[in-house]
Amino acid sequence: MGDTIKLSRRNFIIGTGATGLTIGILASCSPGESADTPTPPMADAEPVPEVNAWVHIKPDDTVTIRIARSEMGQGTLTGLAQLVAEELECDWEKVTTEYPTPGENLARDRVWRDFSTGGSRGIRGSHDYVREGGAAARLMLIQAAATRWGVPVSECSVAKGVITHGPSGDTLTYGAVADDASKITPPTDITLKDPSEWTIIGQPKQRLDTVDKTTGAQKYGSDIMLDGMLNAAIKQPPKRGATLASFDESAIADMPGVRKVVEIDGQFPGVAVVADYWWQAKTALDALPIEWTPGEGSDFSSSAFEAELDEGLEAEEAFVGNKIGDVDAAFDSAAQIVEARYNAPLQNHACMEPMNATAIWTEDKCEVWCPTQNGEAALAAAAEAAEIPIAQCDVHKLLLGGGFGRRGMNDYVTQVVKIAKQMPGTPVKLLWTREEDMEHGFYHPITKARCQGALDADGNLTGLKIRISGQSILSGLMPQALNDGMDAFAFQGLLPSGVDARAEDQTLKYTFPAVLFDHAMRNPPVRPGFWRGVNANQNAIYLECFMDELAHAAGRDPLEFRLAHTQDSPQLAAVLQAVADKSGWGAEDGLSRGLCAFYSFGSYTAACAEVTVSEEGELKIHRIVAATDPGYAVNPQQIDAQVAGSFVYGLSAALYEEVTFEDGEVQQKNFNTYPSMRIAAMPEVETIVMPSGGFWGGVGEPTIAVAAPAVLNAIYAATGKRIRQLPLKDQSLRDA
Amino acid sequence: MANIKVNGETVSVDAEDSTPLLWVLREHLGLTGTKYGCGIAQCGACTIHVDGQPVRSCTYPVGALSGEEEITTIEGLSEDGSHPVQQAWVEMDIPQCGFCQPGMIMAVAGLLNNKPDATDEDIDQQITNICRCGTFARVRKGIHLAKTKKA
Repeated sequence: MGDTIKLSRRNFIIGTGATGLTIGILASCSPGESADTPTPPMADAEPVPEVNAWVHIKPDDTVTIRIARSEMGQGTLTGLAQLVAEELECDWEKVTTEYPTPGENLARDRVWRDFSTGGSRGIRGSHDYVREGGAAARLMLIQAAATRWGVPVSECSVAKGVITHGPSGDTLTYGAVADDASKITPPTDITLKDPSEWTIIGQPKQRLDTVDKTTGAQKYGSDIMLDGMLNAAIKQPPKRGATLASFDESAIADMPGVRKVVEIDGQFPGVAVVADYWWQAKTALDALPIEWTPGEGSDFSSSAFEAELDEGLEAEEAFVGNKIGDVDAAFDSAAQIVEARYNAPLQNHACMEPMNATAIWTEDKCEVWCPTQNGEAALAAAAEAAEIPIAQCDVHKLLLGGGFGRRGMNDYVTQVVKIAKQMPGTPVKLLWTREEDMEHGFYHPITKARCQGALDADGNLTGLKIRISGQSILSGLMPQALNDGMDAFAFQGLLPSGVDARAEDQTLKYTFPAVLFDHAMRNPPVRPGFWRGVNANQNAIYLECFMDELAHAAGRDPLEFRLAHTQDSPQLAAVLQAVADKSGWGAEDGLSRGLCAFYSFGSYTAACAEVTVSEEGELKIHRIVAATDPGYAVNPQQIDAQVAGSFVYGLSAALYEEVTFEDGEVQQKNFNTYPSMRIAAMPEVETIVMPSGGFWGGVGEPTIAVAAPAVLNAIYAATGKRIRQLPLKDQSLRDA
Repeated sequence: MANIKVNGETVSVDAEDSTPLLWVLREHLGLTGTKYGCGIAQCGACTIHVDGQPVRSCTYPVGALSGEEEITTIEGLSEDGSHPVQQAWVEMDIPQCGFCQPGMIMAVAGLLNNKPDATDEDIDQQITNICRCGTFARVRKGIHLAKTKKA
């Protein structure tokens, strides 16, 4: 992708290729120095032969597949290209990809539809229309060849981008007829291939974006350099709810490189220093005296908030997310009642690439370059901040240095446009420090749960209650999505089936005779966010660690106990059985094993963790066997990568990650106090990709949910001590 | 104005002495392959080589250089992406978002400079780069694969 961002190509200072050349180019370009005749960035460089919106084919047969969703590591660029290429019948070796801009999408009546990249929906949310795009292009290309030959289409076939006229043996390549094909009326009657005919979908293709990521050539948002560009560093109010009172610009006026100090007003306020180089901007900002006025939430303490969460666990009123059978009767007649309380803390996404965006603003135009999970929302944010009609704005997406849900929010886009607006005609790049990234996240919500189970005399589970107390993401980010105040998404993975088609991909797959899952919403003055895996992460801990507790209380095998509730979900049973079999569940080999199975984002996942805990309480995770059934597996080797990576993200969270607040301020400012997993702690991961077909499930997120419960259950198997408090760091895993 | 030697070429840089080498490379020389991730030498995204040794450039002031040191960035690790570590990374399809990978590759190349037969224990001790996408499982395999490759 590095050199395919066409609208901005000429304006980049390309730092790739021979380093000598690079240095030569750059040495002659000082920051803030505008070119004599600036090139209008929105003018297109060269017309690209377009068969249709999805497919461009050059005369040399190079196929450029246009991808609307954002690549942030999850491999969607390659997976979506496989879908299009499958139906296009092109030569995979000649495929490249390119992002259309959100502005182009708007101007073309949203021909690429949704740009939003979240909820593990990249492929499952667009597989039908992107495949249809590929199929339509194929039909048009064949038609063009048939017309040129003056033969019926029915006598023509295609393989790997070469069209053959059967009777004569004549051939034409896609590149030779692409221009003709582009003039043909698109077909309306499209039949997609049967999955049994797939030759590209389902194959472990190498990613299309790997090589540039190994040479430094890949450009991320933070790498952008435009002619005459200046650099901005930002300081946002450290305390929740605080606002800017004053700053003393004169104190830094003489510092090297400083050009301007600007106030950013509105929803995402702050002070920015704009300088020739970013390091100068950051250094000056650190020296800038700033006064803040405290506001609502400026005294917030997360430890004090615990009491509010505990109150929610006992509260009379709560939103009911799932109610089955007569749960009260089950508890009234129980032979044994089991109860446990769990918690899940606030956590930050901590994408490796700190938040950033670059903008150039003039009176009638605004352009932004940024990493975003939602190009259209970024465009809307840019237009609003620019106070320019949206049709005169555009956003150029770059690959993301991590997303995990954080970059579905476009606060940094709003900010950079507000800065650029105060410096008309000058491109400005805003880059947050890691400290700003830690302090101004959209955090994984904080919750606690009270889990209660009723067992009969035979050890059967007759009733299950889970009360969740805590923060609602929808309430914080999109209150319009609440249902009479209820955040249905808080019950992710616990929802009843057949009630809401939009939530069918997040339903409970176990069968229980009686349940009550409810939510006492308790919102701290901290903005929540969608954090890879979202509410499935803690809900899986609440359900699946407690299932383990129930199994042990009932004196039953945790695998058998779970399987006894999978009668209506053969897929859930299958992934569970698969990890148990592969791991050697029940083996007496010195390893302690823990299980978890969960359904979220439309996919079935399970894990079996194999651990030891030393006498001193030191945990070693030796191996994790993980199974996933996403229905159709578009690229099995990338699913393997996502599954393995999910254990890093999920276990890093379970082991180390917690954001706390004192006096309204985040206490963890960087990776020294917000540790992230390193390679030494990474267990071996054995992935079982077991697509059962017939549905399209997500891949990037579902496995996160099973990571922590499997390990927590294995720790119990090793020690007999339940860990219900997350994260694990600073806790004794064995009783003192 | 200081002279430093980067990827085999001596260049003149006009930056304050306290400026971390990371920002000289990125902003003054346009070598943006080296990444900023934390600024406190925790994450390793800024790893480069100084005289063949891995160094976290985000806390290395340019003024501390004499000008004689050979600085190597990801752009200069090989001319064409053919360094054994780069070969292994492509073959194993390791990068996900890829942002940490230049630093990871430089850290691994540095490790293998010092210990061509690096063991898992060596990896655990010396590769402490953070990767939030979680490529570690393949990184470990990639390191062992790189040991078998020739430049």
